[in-house]
Amino acid sequence: MTSLNTHSDPIILEMRSITKEFPGVKALSEVNLRVKAGEIHAICGENGAGKSTLMKVLSGVYPFGTYDGDIVYQSEVQQFKDIRASEHAGIVIIHQELALIPELSIMENIFLGNEPTKRGVIDWAEARTRSTELLARVGLREDPETPIKEIGVGKQQLVEIAKALNKSVKLLILDEPTAALNESDSQHLLDLMLGLKGRGITSIIISHKLNEIEQIADSITIIRDGKSIETLDVKADGVDEDRIIKGMVGRTLESRFPDHEPKIGETFFEVKNWNVGHPQVQDRMVCKNSNFFVRRGEIVGFAGLMGAGRTELARSVFGRSYGRFLSGQIYMHGKEVELKSVKQAIDAGLGYVTEDRKSLGLNLLDDIKATTVSANLKKVSKNNVIDANKVFTVAEQYRKSLRTKAPSVEEGVAKLSGGNQQKVVLAKWMFTDPELLILDEPTRGIDVGAKYEIYGIIQQLANQGKGVIVISSELPELLGLSDRIYTIFEGAITGVLNKDEASQETLMKLMTSARKTA
Amino acid sequence: MNALKKLFGGNTRQFGMIFALVALIIFFQIATDGRTLTPGNVINLFNGNSYILILAIGMVLVIIAGHIDLSVGSVAAFVGVCVALFIRDWGIPWYLGILMGLGLGVLIGAWQGFWTAYVGIPAFIVTLSGMLIFRGANQYVGKSNTIPVPSDFQKIGSGYLPEVGPDTGYNNLTVLLGLLGVAFVVFSEIRSRRNAKALGAEVPEAWVSITKMVLICGAILYATYLFATGRPGTSFPIPGLILAALVIIYGFISSKTVIGRHIYAVGGNRHAAELSGVQSKKVNFLVMMNMSVLAGLAGMIFVGRSTASGPFDGVGWELDAIAAVFIGGAAVTGGVGTVIGSIVGGLVMAVLNNGLQLLGVGADLTQIIKGLVLLIAVAFDVYNKTQGKKSIVGMLMKNFGRSSEIKADETTSTKEVISRGI
Repeated sequence: MTSLNTHSDPIILEMRSITKEFPGVKALSEVNLRVKAGEIHAICGENGAGKSTLMKVLSGVYPFGTYDGDIVYQSEVQQFKDIRASEHAGIVIIHQELALIPELSIMENIFLGNEPTKRGVIDWAEARTRSTELLARVGLREDPETPIKEIGVGKQQLVEIAKALNKSVKLLILDEPTAALNESDSQHLLDLMLGLKGRGITSIIISHKLNEIEQIADSITIIRDGKSIETLDVKADGVDEDRIIKGMVGRTLESRFPDHEPKIGETFFEVKNWNVGHPQVQDRMVCKNSNFFVRRGEIVGFAGLMGAGRTELARSVFGRSYGRFLSGQIYMHGKEVELKSVKQAIDAGLGYVTEDRKSLGLNLLDDIKATTVSANLKKVSKNNVIDANKVFTVAEQYRKSLRTKAPSVEEGVAKLSGGNQQKVVLAKWMFTDPELLILDEPTRGIDVGAKYEIYGIIQQLANQGKGVIVISSELPELLGLSDRIYTIFEGAITGVLNKDEASQETLMKLMTSARKTA
Repeated sequence: MNALKKLFGGNTRQFGMIFALVALIIFFQIATDGRTLTPGNVINLFNGNSYILILAIGMVLVIIAGHIDLSVGSVAAFVGVCVALFIRDWGIPWYLGILMGLGLGVLIGAWQGFWTAYVGIPAFIVTLSGMLIFRGANQYVGKSNTIPVPSDFQKIGSGYLPEVGPDTGYNNLTVLLGLLGVAFVVFSEIRSRRNAKALGAEVPEAWVSITKMVLICGAILYATYLFATGRPGTSFPIPGLILAALVIIYGFISSKTVIGRHIYAVGGNRHAAELSGVQSKKVNFLVMMNMSVLAGLAGMIFVGRSTASGPFDGVGWELDAIAAVFIGGAAVTGGVGTVIGSIVGGLVMAVLNNGLQLLGVGADLTQIIKGLVLLIAVAFDVYNKTQGKKSIVGMLMKNFGRSSEIKADETTSTKEVISRGI
């Protein structure tokens, strides 16, 4: 605890009427931000609101002179000309996409560009001592010589923070730090942030996970459409999630999930005794004797911590696209089917929306129309020749019905926001007309408004009698959306709960414990 | 400037290259006092470069899929020597020889495709090995000798369209070919306008289409004139005919068919493609195999042109083909490139080569200039990408308009940048 008297907290950073323009777009307009020394300051806003742009202005990615307004940091007007300059002043930004080199060790990464030297030669003994110290400070128990690729994303995030601490950081900026983390890693990271605050380090956090912000932030600045809307004092103003959402979208969302009356039919898809081995490690199993089924019109949730084997299960079912298939059967409409390739799975009526849109779900070089038809070229071609008119018509149809925000279907998918990219991916799978659609983290990195729309699309699919599997790390999302939820722990299904008997607590218990042999 | 923008609005990058090509031709035409655009020189230019351009067609597909093929020169030489031997020692007719050459290309391609696609060895390594293997094989089976081919076979490398019909003073078949080309251009432009209208997409203004057609048709007719009025016995060359057919076929395959889309998909994001049901191994296999078949064809054409197969045929061809593809706008990382672009890229190199030769510039300086052109062309593209994928034409025209500097952000599209009246 820094001080009880909040009025005397000095301001460490003040950004005064920051305006940043790109050709044709005013990304930021007169944005003000005041961050008190030693606090955790959250910046909230929908995707595209301008949060990341603001942080790029602050950290010198957009150098002095390319924006209007002043950055006052530690009582001085700063003119950062690059990231190096801002880091020199003690401002370190940790981006959503981690800037670590997978092949190098933890230690080498921490000291990358900042190597301790003795007469021009790297002093590895010194580096080792200091990195052990730094790792202890962030609560990471790993040998500093472990290569980065061998530790999980959660631990990598901690390495990034250790790296920042090594640069004697005064103001730490975290852009979506927990987006890729599971619940326990997220919690650890949040605790660490509170710990850093205790040591007098100021943090700015950008996050879509409002419950986390509510939990750790002292103040919240809300940005909407490139303007700073308000700054809330969490304790004094009694801020809760609904209050933040109201500020972000400019209206109250009565419900975060559209109303939905499930029409559940008969079981049409069933997986029995599913066993899959790890793709590289001989004896490791990623799916252990899993059994599950999906009924028509049903939204089935899969809950599990990251690394529990949710994605592995889904992908192994989807044409054995992950791991080594060992044994198990898939039944569709009571008949056993063999889905040995993704093509067979798609032909049989399965669809799979990947959790990682950019590296697994999209060809970022393609435009909307090419992406929309990419999983079902058969339907837009005759004798293997693609009918360009049909492609255009189909894509246009989905753009309208899913309300994808884009100037035309000829727009490259790389230029779309996360929510609109996800809509294009959904369109691509809807066009294959699947009986069972598996959605892996369908709303990751998507802002609140677009989430609501995606939920609506999912429910619509269920209403059409399709089976939908939703895999998600966000329990409220699963609880709000699913009719039935399976829990997975270490590759095994540990339980199944109906909508009315599921709660965050019951799910969490099943997600973190092995199945009792009953 | 506004007019130009509209004219080249759609496929700006390709038109940028065409721009450069036209500028180059005009430059050399002036610098050589008109010796560039003579029937003899143009025919010679086509004949002497057709095999590289054929390789570029295969190479662009390989590069779009995210690979590279270093073995094409050696494969071409090996197929060439084998076919020459088949014909000389086994006495088989020339057409059977060609078929066997293509078959040999299939086998070699299957070998390289197998290692690349199914074993997962990077194509760079597989084809580097192929480069050594097939060069050695060429010299082993040919005992490092030159092996002559009969005159029938030589036609595929140095033949011309025959004279048929009444004596019009022009080569009739060449004229017919030119007219067909013009008809095709007009027809496809009209059809694309009709389609755009039917779909409710943006239809370019009439004068844009007309100017475009006039320019393209004018170029075709002028080329036709040059080819049809060469010295007696010459006309549109057979290798050029083969090349034109391949450009049409592969242009169509790459842009309009399912397998074509799959090649782009695998090169753009292999994992995403696989999870969309694309059989990436099969695609990679086919792309590598196709390259070797085209290399075989190029080798045979070269042997036909030079009347004999030799131990050093095709040395360095892989680099010419790869350069053509990259000048033509393909991306080193895969997923980007067009057949037409690569042909234009290849022609830029060919015209450069030819023009410098006519000017009496030595081979040493020519190489230096070609190297710089390759570097600058790709540097242009890389620069454009970092600037938010602006087009080359957009860049060229930036200097013509108002001096206000406009930097494209990732959120602004090319069209926006162009339409803002630079």
